[in-house]
Amino acid sequence: MKKLSARRRHPLAALVVLLFALAATGGLYTAFAPAGEAKADKGSSQSLAIEEGKKLYDVGCSSCHGTGGQGTSDGPSLVGVGAASVDFQVGTGRMPLQQQGAQAPKKKQVYDQDEINQLAAYVASLGSGPSQPTKKQYDPNGSDVAKGGELFRTNCAQCHNFTGEGGALTHGKFAPDLGDVSEKHIYEAMQTGPQNMPSFPDTVMPEKDKRDIVAYVKTVNSDKSESPGGFKLGGFGPVSEGMFAWIFGLGSMVAVAVWVAARTAKARKS
Amino acid sequence: MSTATDTPGSAAAGEKKKAPAGERVADWADGRLGIFSLAKANMRKIFPDHWSFMLGEVALYSFIIIILTGVYLTLFFHPSMNEVEYHGPYVPMQGVQMSEAFASTLDISFDVRGGLLMRQIHHWAALIFLAAMFVHMMRVFFTGAFRKPREVNWLFGFLLFVLGMFTGFTGYSLPDDLLSGTGVRFMEGAILSVPIVGTYLSMFLFGGEFPGHDFIARFYSAHVLLLPGIMLGLLVAHLILVFYHKHTQFAGPGRTNKNVVGMPLLPVYMAKAGGFFFLVFGVISAVAALFTINPIWVLGPYRPDQVSTNAQPDWYMGFPEGLVRVMPGWEINVAGHSLVLGVFIPLMILPVVLGAIAVYPFIESWVTGDKREHHIADRPRNAPTRTGFGAAWIAWYFVLLVGGGNDLWATHFHLSINAITWFVRIGFFVVPVIVFVITRRICLGLQRRDRDKVLHGRESGTIKRLPHGEFVEVHEPLNQEQLHTLTAHEQYQPAEIGPGTDENGVERKVSRGQKMRAKLSKGYFGESGQIPKPTSEEYREIESGHGHH
Repeated sequence: MKKLSARRRHPLAALVVLLFALAATGGLYTAFAPAGEAKADKGSSQSLAIEEGKKLYDVGCSSCHGTGGQGTSDGPSLVGVGAASVDFQVGTGRMPLQQQGAQAPKKKQVYDQDEINQLAAYVASLGSGPSQPTKKQYDPNGSDVAKGGELFRTNCAQCHNFTGEGGALTHGKFAPDLGDVSEKHIYEAMQTGPQNMPSFPDTVMPEKDKRDIVAYVKTVNSDKSESPGGFKLGGFGPVSEGMFAWIFGLGSMVAVAVWVAARTAKARKS
Repeated sequence: MSTATDTPGSAAAGEKKKAPAGERVADWADGRLGIFSLAKANMRKIFPDHWSFMLGEVALYSFIIIILTGVYLTLFFHPSMNEVEYHGPYVPMQGVQMSEAFASTLDISFDVRGGLLMRQIHHWAALIFLAAMFVHMMRVFFTGAFRKPREVNWLFGFLLFVLGMFTGFTGYSLPDDLLSGTGVRFMEGAILSVPIVGTYLSMFLFGGEFPGHDFIARFYSAHVLLLPGIMLGLLVAHLILVFYHKHTQFAGPGRTNKNVVGMPLLPVYMAKAGGFFFLVFGVISAVAALFTINPIWVLGPYRPDQVSTNAQPDWYMGFPEGLVRVMPGWEINVAGHSLVLGVFIPLMILPVVLGAIAVYPFIESWVTGDKREHHIADRPRNAPTRTGFGAAWIAWYFVLLVGGGNDLWATHFHLSINAITWFVRIGFFVVPVIVFVITRRICLGLQRRDRDKVLHGRESGTIKRLPHGEFVEVHEPLNQEQLHTLTAHEQYQPAEIGPGTDENGVERKVSRGQKMRAKLSKGYFGESGQIPKPTSEEYREIESGHGHH
């Protein structure tokens, strides 16, 4: 005890106490937080899924989208948006919405895939829309990457940047980084046009073109993409390059200059 | 011209055995080139030591690196806009239609040995070159090293910076990728906005409608021949003038306006500068080996129907980009011709922003009316108004850079791009004024501190209790060298217009220019413009009455 009291005025004491306090609060929270495992039973039939989806919808979505999906002043109508839309918005965590704003950002997803499917089934039952794509539809294996690149530069790059690093839109809206978006979600986004994105239905952009685009994005902007020139500094082009040249390039030059200038031919200081 | 070296006994010894080879070579060359007197005059040239005096060297060395790597790149680059289909090793481009310029840049990046490294060294060195010129220029500005006799050299340096911008821009455009093509399109738009001659200029430059089939070849000759040729000439002139004027030095004991205290060019600075060259080369190579720049393989070839976000120029063209990005899109119609003010006004402001810094030395010399030579560099604090202007200019430049990169500010700081645009629009006028006032105040504060240090010594941190109970901090007097350094600068007196009437009581004519000059001079050197430096009388008085603190 004496040791402890001797150290209570140590400069780092406050930090240690803070760390303990944070650990304690965090631990208590995890112990008592409601476990998010209220899983609904898997419905065997479609109507059961719709029924379960409706229950989930009433709890999680209806306050903004209305009790029948007709929309309110806080959220748009969901009639005819289709299952693909629900799969994208809920699957990327954008829905349920955290707060009203320029755009819903991607966040940790709240519902698991079974629940999403039920919600999707319910929303699809409100009016016909694009359905969830099958793996065959979006799997980029064997697609034409070069063609995808051309399509991407023609249709997507003006908002998402050359390699899908994301970009700014007006009034705080933005085109997100596509780096960690799954193939399915990229495909669904093109199909349904979520948030501020235009939609590219199959009549405008055939399935194969969408697959090519998915293949291109996965080739140039994923964990496995190669960067032959070295670290890519975010891939944002000349702004990040210029900043790097100033801070690190010229910064090291100044450091080197200071070092060289400090070494004169004068008699050594002893 | 000396025809023989002065080595004692060389004539006599020469008959018996030959002089050493080095001496014979030197003798041979001296007999034909007269290098002895040249070397004698210049090899012992003295250069003062200060790290900030080496910033210009960084620019010089990166320029040399750019030339070396650029020559290598010309061996493989095809400045042609012929359409080809790519069949090289980079998969995401296979089968894509592109110009030969773009294809050859891909080849340089993926097929030519060392090609990608050379490209990246070339490009990084270019960014660092311009940045080094910028800080070198700021060093010269803030230390007043542009004053007589160096005004012409200041202009040479300024021209080098501007030419560097355009050399960079033309080089950046050569690969004919989607990013640089957008930049060229931007430039075309700016040219088109010029009333009357705009369309003609554009047609002339591009050999017809944009993009045409000519501009790569034309930019190429400008980039590898015309612009660097002029720059090389200016650079040599710049260096000759540095030799001729001798280098400035900071005030210090033994340093006067008539001498230079430092180390001789040979051997000390030859070794230092040579070593520094390799350090600069090393830093640039390391950056180029580790970090990618302008990865044209993911940007794709230029097509006028495509565009990407994050389409910005390299940093030195960022401020014109900012000007255009934040300018309201005004357009008026004059007699059936539209005049795109939204682009034309920024185009006209561009030379104003650059020119503001170029003409400053002449404004200052007009205000001071000082015709003497200055070889002692000012400490920025001792010229508060100048320092204020310099800082304001940098702030102005930076505000425009923020405008040029507004989309990245928006995405990375979760801001609205419209808010940033409005910030830049207002900041363009307001930020320089605020920065000017604050910087000037900081300088005056530092001057007061210097004055305090000279008169009362340095705070030692030792607290002493006097017999009657008062606590005082012991101040250590400065030594003679420090006293000299802190008081060596001279202070101007504000210019007077003189009495309103002459000796005969007749009203004197005072031109508007004179009045303005007097006003400016008062702002520069009047009561609010500088803190009078301590005089020796003040110092002695304080010294004699010891005990006052």
